[in-house]
Amino acid sequence: MQLSYYPGCTLKTDAKNFEKSALAVLEHLGVSVDELADWYCCGVCFSQTRDNLMQQIAPVRTLVKAKESGNRQLLALCTMCYNTLKRSIEFIKDDAEKMETIHQFMDLETTQFYGNEVDVVDILTLIKQIGLEKLKNSIVKTDAGLKIASYYGCMLLRPKEIAIDSPDDPVIMEEILASAGCENVYFPFRTECCGSYQIVNEPEIVKDRTRKIVGSAVKNGADLMVMLCPLCYFNLDEIQQDIQKEDKSFQTIPVLYITQLLALLMGLKPDIHDFSLHSIDPRPVLKMKGLL
Amino acid sequence: MTKNKQISSHRISSEDVDQLKDISGVNVYACYQCGNCSSACPAVEFMDIPPHQVIRMVQLGFIDELVKSETPWICAACITCTVKCPRGVDIARVMEGLRQLVLRSDFEHGNLCDIDEKLRKKLPQIALIGNFRKTIL
Amino acid sequence: MKKIGVFVCHCGINIASTVDIPKLVEDLKNYPGVAYIQDYKYMCSDPGQTLVKEKIKSEKLDAIVVAACSPTLHENTFRMAVQTVDMNPYNCEIANIREQCSWVHKNITEATEKAKRIIKSVVEKALLDEDLEPVKVPVTRKALVLGGGIAGIQSALSIANSGYDVILVERQSSIGGRMAQLSETFPTLDCSQCILTPKMVDAGQHENIRLMTYSELEDISGFVGNFKVKIKQKAKYVNWDKCTGCGLCIEKCPKKVPSEFDQGLGKRKAVYTPFPQAVPNKPVIDCENCTYFKTGKCRLCEKVCPFDAIDFNETESFIEEEVGAIVVATGYDVYPVLNMSEYGGGKIPDVIDGLTFERILSASGPSGGEVRRPSDGKIPKEIVFIKCVGSRDPENHYPYCSKICCMYTTKHAMLYKHRVHDGQPYIFYMDVRAGGKGYEEFYQRAQEEDKVVFLRGKVSKVYQDDDKVVVCGIDTLSGSNVEIRADLVVLAMAIRPSKGIEELAQLLKISIDQNGFLTEAHPKLRPVESLSAGIYLAGCAQAPKDIPDTVAQATATAAMVLNLFSREYLLHEPIITGVDEELCSGCGLCIAVCPYDARKTNREKGVVEVNEILCEACGACAAACPSGAAQQRNFTDTQFSNMVKAILAE
Ligand SMILES: Cc1cc2nc3c(=O)[nH]c(=O)nc-3n(C[C@H](O)[C@H](O)[C@H](O)COP(=O)(O)OP(=O)(O)OC[C@H]3O[C@@H](n4cnc5c(N)ncnc54)[C@H](O)[C@@H]3O)c2cc1C
Ligand code: SF4
Ligand code: SF4
Ligand code: SF4
Repeated sequence: MQLSYYPGCTLKTDAKNFEKSALAVLEHLGVSVDELADWYCCGVCFSQTRDNLMQQIAPVRTLVKAKESGNRQLLALCTMCYNTLKRSIEFIKDDAEKMETIHQFMDLETTQFYGNEVDVVDILTLIKQIGLEKLKNSIVKTDAGLKIASYYGCMLLRPKEIAIDSPDDPVIMEEILASAGCENVYFPFRTECCGSYQIVNEPEIVKDRTRKIVGSAVKNGADLMVMLCPLCYFNLDEIQQDIQKEDKSFQTIPVLYITQLLALLMGLKPDIHDFSLHSIDPRPVLKMKGLL
Repeated sequence: MTKNKQISSHRISSEDVDQLKDISGVNVYACYQCGNCSSACPAVEFMDIPPHQVIRMVQLGFIDELVKSETPWICAACITCTVKCPRGVDIARVMEGLRQLVLRSDFEHGNLCDIDEKLRKKLPQIALIGNFRKTIL
Repeated sequence: MKKIGVFVCHCGINIASTVDIPKLVEDLKNYPGVAYIQDYKYMCSDPGQTLVKEKIKSEKLDAIVVAACSPTLHENTFRMAVQTVDMNPYNCEIANIREQCSWVHKNITEATEKAKRIIKSVVEKALLDEDLEPVKVPVTRKALVLGGGIAGIQSALSIANSGYDVILVERQSSIGGRMAQLSETFPTLDCSQCILTPKMVDAGQHENIRLMTYSELEDISGFVGNFKVKIKQKAKYVNWDKCTGCGLCIEKCPKKVPSEFDQGLGKRKAVYTPFPQAVPNKPVIDCENCTYFKTGKCRLCEKVCPFDAIDFNETESFIEEEVGAIVVATGYDVYPVLNMSEYGGGKIPDVIDGLTFERILSASGPSGGEVRRPSDGKIPKEIVFIKCVGSRDPENHYPYCSKICCMYTTKHAMLYKHRVHDGQPYIFYMDVRAGGKGYEEFYQRAQEEDKVVFLRGKVSKVYQDDDKVVVCGIDTLSGSNVEIRADLVVLAMAIRPSKGIEELAQLLKISIDQNGFLTEAHPKLRPVESLSAGIYLAGCAQAPKDIPDTVAQATATAAMVLNLFSREYLLHEPIITGVDEELCSGCGLCIAVCPYDARKTNREKGVVEVNEILCEACGACAAACPSGAAQQRNFTDTQFSNMVKAILAE
């Protein structure tokens, strides 16, 4: 299996641990990815206007690069990137006029992109494609007995056109973790928004969300919470400390990228994890469960 | 907000309403005010006008009040409202439309200097760019 | 040449504002065959019809063309009118210059020209029209009713009481339908079974009703007044001729399974009757669950039956019958809560549907009418009802309003309050649709006297938290999101047509709408007939409705059946596709294309023959016939070619 890979900004900086662990997991599963030679910021938040094509240029340029790479599939690890690229395709495909306009604004690109030559894929779907059986066989720490709360966030599930699973009742993370030998903890806030970019201007929203989401995961007995989005990750990890400063009774929970957990269960080297990037240190729980 | 508002055919189908429709491409008239969008919205507690009322006000042509509201700037573009709507109203796009109405009249809503210094250092790019995309561009 | 009269209608301004009628009349005056032409404001009015009749006499017309609206509206009116002056109705033709001309055009010159051509072409047709006499068909005065819910029972009883035979087919082992499951019924709160069971017994004992339960329609052929039906009875493994309904077998059967009648709250045996007042009150063995069928051992029921009625070798059986009319009353199913993942449907045991709550409320239900929740049997103190679940939701579920849930949810909250005095019922609603006699008063009573709290808005999420079910919703009237930590949540699920309706509709050749409900012939004027003659509709199979509406409709349906049975003969449209024996080579191509099995070869003559009663004049054979022998009466090739020429002529 050969596919292109689009890292996006944050995976090269604050979310290095996501990138490293994800690539290590894929390699372990026998999949190697080609990082695009040239890529641009996707814009993070998909522009929801119907009349402004300027905002589609950034994602389309990356999609052009992906097409030129010759691979049919483009892996986007960051869910924000996944969402933006995928929605961009949804917005322009089958609309020759829009494509034409966008191309007029791209001087460097010579390849014409039509909308269906590249398929943007997220890592959960990719792992399912590789096969849950294969995943199962690659796990070495089969008796960790971890109780995991899977947090989906928004960008993989909404809007419906790009959802990787049921927006109301997704199961894909749980399926993957069950195959990896974990016990899934169902918590009702697993698909609710963390407050997203409002951390910048309205951090109180994020605090409120984090309190509810984390509170619900803890209440349902999770040891760890896993997710895929670097922004959710920041909001739910970093902000827990702020909440705890204000409210001593607030119980924290370590947060990991799902690929970090899979890597640990596969017995891959801990130095890919950059635990120093974590605000709530996951190491005590991981040690207790014999994963470190 | 005044308590007594004038409604007229002129107001209901004003240019502002048309412009919002052009930007967002949303048919707000499908809304039957079930409130599911507001009920599910993660940020509703912080809004001055809940999402279902935003849609109602567009139906009635109260755009002048909406562009003064904090709601579109509290919206986190999480699309929860849109997937919850039984009538297929894309509320998230209406929120974007309202932001754009303000931003396109030459007016920045956010200000980089307002961001707390300590927080800014910690923030991942994804947060900053996302925020700029919604409040400045 | 025939003398044709042309009568041009203004239809008020509907036609006259777009078609220049004086010019039209002037231009057509000398068209070959037109012996008389006259316009009038409303040709369909009494004076208009009188005018037509008088002119037929005074001008000695052989045929007429009325240029007016669509023939579906007034063809019949004018054909009836001309008959009174001894003109054969098939010499009366309609030229549609409204729907096909004035309504769809703006330019007067063009519209007038088009109207002229339409009329000319119909005149050409009228010139060659022949007098036709209707085909006479005898009527079998026996009805088949499919579905033994209140709709089917009511229709069957009304027909039977008028002296005609009825076969009542029900696929469960007992009649009664959903109404048998209900506790008390709005708006009067009378016990559902108490008012239903006398009717069930009546139907079971009626000398004119043949009850066939555990049965379904297998096959059908024929046409109105003359259907041939084949009905299949599933294997019951109990010989009902011998069984007295003593119930010993049920008592002794060791195998318990969840009772469908009790919505899975209670248990039944593998040999069972769905509920104690079943009609007929005789058990069947459910071979899917029976220990003997699964393991080859047991047969306890056989041992205890004093009448030797258990018969493990019984097979399904078939009967064939002739009937004249069919009533489809197959009712509804409740949309499963499993489809509501955001409400924890199917996952949270204390999130149930309304029908399950009916069983909880029912005095004959598994808890004897005490309100106890499924998970732990506790009496719920805070109870939330959510309306419009799966209804009015075109994005995710069904677009239509299920009509009954506003009222039954109000009833549920009220009955709950009557049983749990210190409990608090809440209803999340979007609208309250309480149109009906005594309904609004019922709703007001719930609000004022029973202190039901109505919250206007939808619920976005329901989840389990410890032993509570948390309901997150909104009250749009106060503008605030609300959260209720409830003990029990009841979802007013959408209702949809019974399982199998598509197959049944296909078998009967009747149509269903986009939501699966049976389509009536006209939404206002022919509400109980299907589009296929002789097949009628009743109850929730046609659209969601409550018991009063169901009974009213079922009675109306019976009236339509009786209307049919009041005639000894039916007159069948004489416009059929005949065979010109001179031209027919007997190749049989037409036989293969006929969808109604109306054509067959006469071996002696070496030509094809047509069954005039079966032929629906679809024309498939006429198109297939290579020699021009198959010609539709009054729609012959010559007529068509003349019409086309008239339209295209300079
Ligand atoms: C929770 C709830 C509460 C309600 N409360 C009230 C109330 O208080 N007052 C009120 O007026 N109404 C009430 N109703 C509405 C009421 O149940 C219906 O109006 C009524 O049952 C409709 O009767 P029906 O005969 O059309 O359908 P059904 O009762 O569904 O009967 C249809 C019958 O046809 C049979 N059948 C289906 N398919 C076939 C087939 N292919 N061949 C043979 N047989 C077939 C079925 O087995 C069934 O017996 C309530 C409904 C619900 C869901
Ligand atoms: S969810 Fe849709 S229909 Fe309901 S209030 Fe919001 S926009 Fe209107
Ligand atoms: S044979 Fe079947 S029906 Fe009879 S008693 Fe045994 S389990 Fe029950
Ligand atoms: S009857 Fe009432 S509760 Fe049922 S779908 Fe219609 S409006 Fe909703």
